[in-house]
Amino acid sequence: MSTAAATAAVRKPSALGAFYASTIGKKWIVALSGLVLVGFVIGHLVGNLQIFLPPAYINAYAANLKALGPLLWAIRLGLFVFFVLHVVNTIQLRQRSAEARPERYAVERKKRATKASLTMIVSGLILLAFIIFHLLHFTLTAIPTANVHVMEPFTGGERHDVYKMVVGGFQNPAVSIFYLISMGLLCLHLSHGFQSVFQTLGLRTAKLGPLLNGVSIALGWFLFLGNAAIVLAILFRFVK
Amino acid sequence: MSTLSPSKTTSDGVMEDTLDGHVPKGPIENSWERYKGEVKLINPANKRKHDIIVVGSGLAGGSSAATLAELGYQVKCFCYQDSARRAHSIAAQGGINAAKNYQNDGDSVYRLFYDTIKGGDFRSREENVWRLAEVSRNIIDQCVAQGVPFAREYGGALANRSFGGAQVSRTFYARGQTGQQLMLGAYQALSAQIHAGGVTMFPHCEMLDLIVIDGHAKGIVVRDLWTGEISTHLAHAVVLATGGYGNVFFLSTNARGCNVTATFRAHKRGAFFANPCYTQIHPTCIPVSGDYQSKLTLMSESLRNDGRVWAPKKAGDKRPPQQIPEDERDYFLERKYPSFGNLAPRDISSRAAKEACDQGRGVGESGLGVYLDFAESISRLGVEVVRERYGNLFDMYEKITGENAYQQPMRIFPAVHYTMGGLWVDYNLMSNLPGLHVIGEANFSDHGANRLGASALMQGLADGYFVLPYTIGVYLASDAGKKMPKADDPQIAALKNDVIARQNLLLNIKGKRTPSSYHRELGLLMWDKCGMARNRDGLQAALQRIPELRAEFYQNLNVTGEVGGTNQALEIASRVADYLEFGELMCFDALHREESCGGHFREEYQTKDGEAQRDDENYAYVAAWEHKGVGQTPYLHKEPLEFKKAHLAVRNYK
Amino acid sequence: MNLTLKVWRQKDAKSPGRFETYAAKNISSHASFLEMLDVVNEDLIAKGEEPIHFDSDCREGICGTCSMVINGLAHGGQKGTTVCQLHMRFFHEGDVITIEPWRAKPFPIVRDLVVNRTAFDRIIQAGGYVSVRTGSAPDANAIPVPKGNAELSMDAAQCIGCGACVAACRNASAMLFMSAKIGHLGYLPQGQAERSRRALAMVRTHDVEGFGSCTNQYECEAVCPKEISVAYIARMNRDFAVANLKEALGAH
Ligand SMILES: Cc1cc2nc3c(=O)[nH]c(=O)nc-3n(C[C@H](O)[C@H](O)[C@H](O)COP(=O)(O)OP(=O)(O)OC[C@H]3O[C@@H](n4cnc5c(N)ncnc54)[C@H](O)[C@@H]3O)c2cc1C
Ligand code: HEM
Ligand code: HEM
Ligand code: SF4
Ligand code: F3S
Ligand code: FES
Repeated sequence: MSTAAATAAVRKPSALGAFYASTIGKKWIVALSGLVLVGFVIGHLVGNLQIFLPPAYINAYAANLKALGPLLWAIRLGLFVFFVLHVVNTIQLRQRSAEARPERYAVERKKRATKASLTMIVSGLILLAFIIFHLLHFTLTAIPTANVHVMEPFTGGERHDVYKMVVGGFQNPAVSIFYLISMGLLCLHLSHGFQSVFQTLGLRTAKLGPLLNGVSIALGWFLFLGNAAIVLAILFRFVK
Repeated sequence: MSTLSPSKTTSDGVMEDTLDGHVPKGPIENSWERYKGEVKLINPANKRKHDIIVVGSGLAGGSSAATLAELGYQVKCFCYQDSARRAHSIAAQGGINAAKNYQNDGDSVYRLFYDTIKGGDFRSREENVWRLAEVSRNIIDQCVAQGVPFAREYGGALANRSFGGAQVSRTFYARGQTGQQLMLGAYQALSAQIHAGGVTMFPHCEMLDLIVIDGHAKGIVVRDLWTGEISTHLAHAVVLATGGYGNVFFLSTNARGCNVTATFRAHKRGAFFANPCYTQIHPTCIPVSGDYQSKLTLMSESLRNDGRVWAPKKAGDKRPPQQIPEDERDYFLERKYPSFGNLAPRDISSRAAKEACDQGRGVGESGLGVYLDFAESISRLGVEVVRERYGNLFDMYEKITGENAYQQPMRIFPAVHYTMGGLWVDYNLMSNLPGLHVIGEANFSDHGANRLGASALMQGLADGYFVLPYTIGVYLASDAGKKMPKADDPQIAALKNDVIARQNLLLNIKGKRTPSSYHRELGLLMWDKCGMARNRDGLQAALQRIPELRAEFYQNLNVTGEVGGTNQALEIASRVADYLEFGELMCFDALHREESCGGHFREEYQTKDGEAQRDDENYAYVAAWEHKGVGQTPYLHKEPLEFKKAHLAVRNYK
Repeated sequence: MNLTLKVWRQKDAKSPGRFETYAAKNISSHASFLEMLDVVNEDLIAKGEEPIHFDSDCREGICGTCSMVINGLAHGGQKGTTVCQLHMRFFHEGDVITIEPWRAKPFPIVRDLVVNRTAFDRIIQAGGYVSVRTGSAPDANAIPVPKGNAELSMDAAQCIGCGACVAACRNASAMLFMSAKIGHLGYLPQGQAERSRRALAMVRTHDVEGFGSCTNQYECEAVCPKEISVAYIARMNRDFAVANLKEALGAH
């Protein structure tokens, strides 16, 4: 492209629009939304770990959340927006990058890139499938499993026995295995993704790098072990 | 011409009309100021109507193209590399001189001027050197403003180091990559002008001929090295900034693509070639390791700040260096030149190393090497300080040789590095061909018979940023300078066809030998007969051999591929063809100059203790050669050198 | 030593390419990788075949011309080494070596292993400089530069523009190259005036040229012959966001 054409194309209508359209702008959005999602999964796990306490705890927790009413919806909407932004932008960037490397190398070797970093889109997309399934499973209870047993139907204001629902859900080995795989991918996704956020937001320095990598991997494992503990405990009937 | 004896040639070739360098009259101290005050200016609106071709994007070409465009001229800039940033200036390591006196060690314009004149063994033009020393200060200001990350002291001020041939510390540096950083500064200035539309850049385009119309340089013929397309470009004036011709030796510290083609083609079209025999051999390069070798790598002269050069005292001593006790080592530079020691100028240090090797005291497998030892500095300063100063050079040394110079001394040997000779130019940096300006290493101007370290970068940038942009106005303001040839002038098409024919000629020989094999053979011959030391018999033998080799080249050359498209074999062949003619001119000049001075060491002319013996009576002139046809005796034009400020003296570094 | 080479041959950008196999015989272990190819090429020309085209100039690791992927790693993957500085002592008798060009859409193949990297020049032209008119500079020591910043600036300024970062990046992203220039100028007081403008112009040109986006693989740093740190990418990401914010708020 000639210099003149390049300059012409470089000029974009609005500053924020240009930021959103740029590679680095999109990266920022992926990172920021990723961070929000990380916050959610951590909180979610902590909440869910109450499954190891008597049923009243987690049920009360769920009820309290519900009681937030419109605020809950606002939070859900926010989460949804970040989620969509995350997914849409990562897919767009991946597409762009695939176009930038139309021909692959006959021999592929890497020195620094990791399995996790190279498969973000795969782990991400499976996570997308997981989340859809998960919403159908527990939020919309649209997945019929042998053990689905909700004490009372969803009639406004009625008590909703989350404890039973979850325990029932994971007694099905097929479902549990799918969850475990997904949790593994979440671990992979975040073991790269978490430190990556700092790089994208310009907070990573050469000195901080190794520390961030360590924290990132630890976070991945924490989420995996925490979530898997719930699934396995139910599957093997430690929690009934 | 090999059949002619030199004396006969000299009397035969000398033209009585001597050349005029057009230097400003009057006292030298403010000659440049006066010149600038008196020189004709071109008004901004008219500048836009002038096209200038700049061939070369190195320090000289890049800086001049950027500055000319800033002034308003329409510039077309060419380089053979795929990007302007890769010009060979990028490889300079050590530093750039400037008479800033930031160290408060007594430096001044006069001192830099005098060091340069003396370093050049009194074979350069005083006024040019004075101007160079004067503008050296502006260069540093300019480069710092561009963002060149020169080394700094803790207080934030610029740091300096010492270089050969000077007793003050005036060399500015950016680690071991000074040339790279200055180059990127010029490249960025050029890039800004390309963006602004003042410069049109033609990378991967090699100039293969100069377009001369009615005696004036008005354009060039180039080959696009990617598409193979041959095209012509016209302008009001042409600037050559195409670097040196060190690759005539095949092995040198120059980049592979460095060539004499641009300047030699201009020479064949009428430009005088001055002092081609002045070539510089750099003392500290990594020794040759085998016949596959494609180039030699320099270890910056700055290493001699902290490294000590030595060879074993005993001939044939093959013990590893650590096992040679202190009293069996000969620190020959410190011994021979106590006041300059390891920082003696390049020509002198190179010859001293050669002398040690000739005496059988050379080290390494080939016996062609001496040690450069850091043990003493490492124990004095600590490894860390040494690493900070030279880390990248030590790494480079290890990559190439597989040896760790922190633990054992480096092995070094002299190698061809720089060419002081070049196209003749006057004070305006214009050659005898009106319209043709020559800057940087491509011209002959400022370094006489030997260049001091860190002065080539200074000269390239001085020419490009601060001198040519003024002096080119002299020609452009003249009537001839305002003229632009018509694109359909038949002379232009004829030149283009000539270039195409030359390319086809090379392609159609279809012999057996590769272009590089001729280059290698020519290079060995030149190194042997016209290298660090020369003598009459050797030069005559070379003058005998080169035409033979050239004849064989045109019979037995094999160039694969075709004119169109990318063809690296053809690129090489075309450059070698020019070297095969140029090498002859070089030997001819070396033979004619019956004295030793700077980088030109004639074995017949030396003092009892082996130092160069100048002959000021007969040779205090610039030898500018005029081409008279391939294989024909060139004409010699003499520009006498007068020394009003720096008085002729024996060059003594003891 | 004797080696087998599988080399990508392609006449020009439009023609299809393919691998050809060549034998490299009697190679000295002191030779550089490019000298090994020179030897192979001399044989090819002697046989009347066209040599393998590859780029090189300085052959000492500073001009950034040489460029090839060897066994899947840009420049052969030796720490801090360009291919012209890669020596045969790192290979073994009988090795099979696959040699490919840089592969990226913005770097179309010129011939064989030679690619067109002029997109890099256009990124610099967009803003990779300090605008300063020749002759208008103040005294060089007028503005002190803290040694630490000068060093950080110099670390980045060492970039040789070779393109290995793009070649190695699975996204063919030029972030490391670009961040090196932005870091070089951004750590110096002289570079501040145009800091935002530079980041905006360069990144936007990068995108227009068709380079991919960075997903923080750090592979670029691993193959960079000048070992430029990805910390400069982080800094550029920040500069770019700040610049956009300033632009959005009209703070220019
Ligand atoms: C290894 C090394 C280290 C050095 N270290 C120092 C040092 O520390 N200090 C110092 O002062 N000097 C040093 N020098 C010398 C100095 O680097 C050079 O003399 C100087 O950079 C030359 O600059 P230039 O602009 O004249 O030419 P170059 O930088 O060589 O540029 C030549 C330009 O012309 C172009 N060109 C050439 N031929 C053609 C053609 N036929 N058609 C089109 N374009 C063409 C090239 O593409 C290039 O752009 C060193 C030199 C070497 C080799
Ligand atoms: C074993 C692990 C998990 C368990 C036991 C679990 C359990 C639950 C339950 C019970 C609900 C429904 C809450 C309600 O409707 O009251 C829920 C909702 C949800 N879960 Fe999970 N979950 C797990 C893992 C995950 C993971 C890894 C993610 C994301 C990556 C996730 C994302 C969500 C989302 C987005 C909702 C909807 C929240 C809302 O309705 O506001 N869950 N989860
Ligand atoms: C559901 C579909 C998802 C997809 C398709 C997806 C995809 C991706 C991809 C491709 C990246 C790399 C982008 C980059 O580094 O620039 C990425 C980064 C990231 N993702 Fe996801 N992801 C998904 C879900 C999630 C979820 C649920 C979380 C939260 C826990 C998450 C957290 C992150 C984080 C933190 C990053 C790093 C951002 C950065 O690079 O700075 N992703 N994601
Ligand atoms: S950043 Fe490194 S790999 Fe990229 S162009 Fe610069 S030197 Fe080459
Ligand atoms: S390898 Fe590519 S993904 Fe980013 S960190 Fe380097 S540009
Ligand atoms: S050829 Fe110059 S860096 Fe390799």
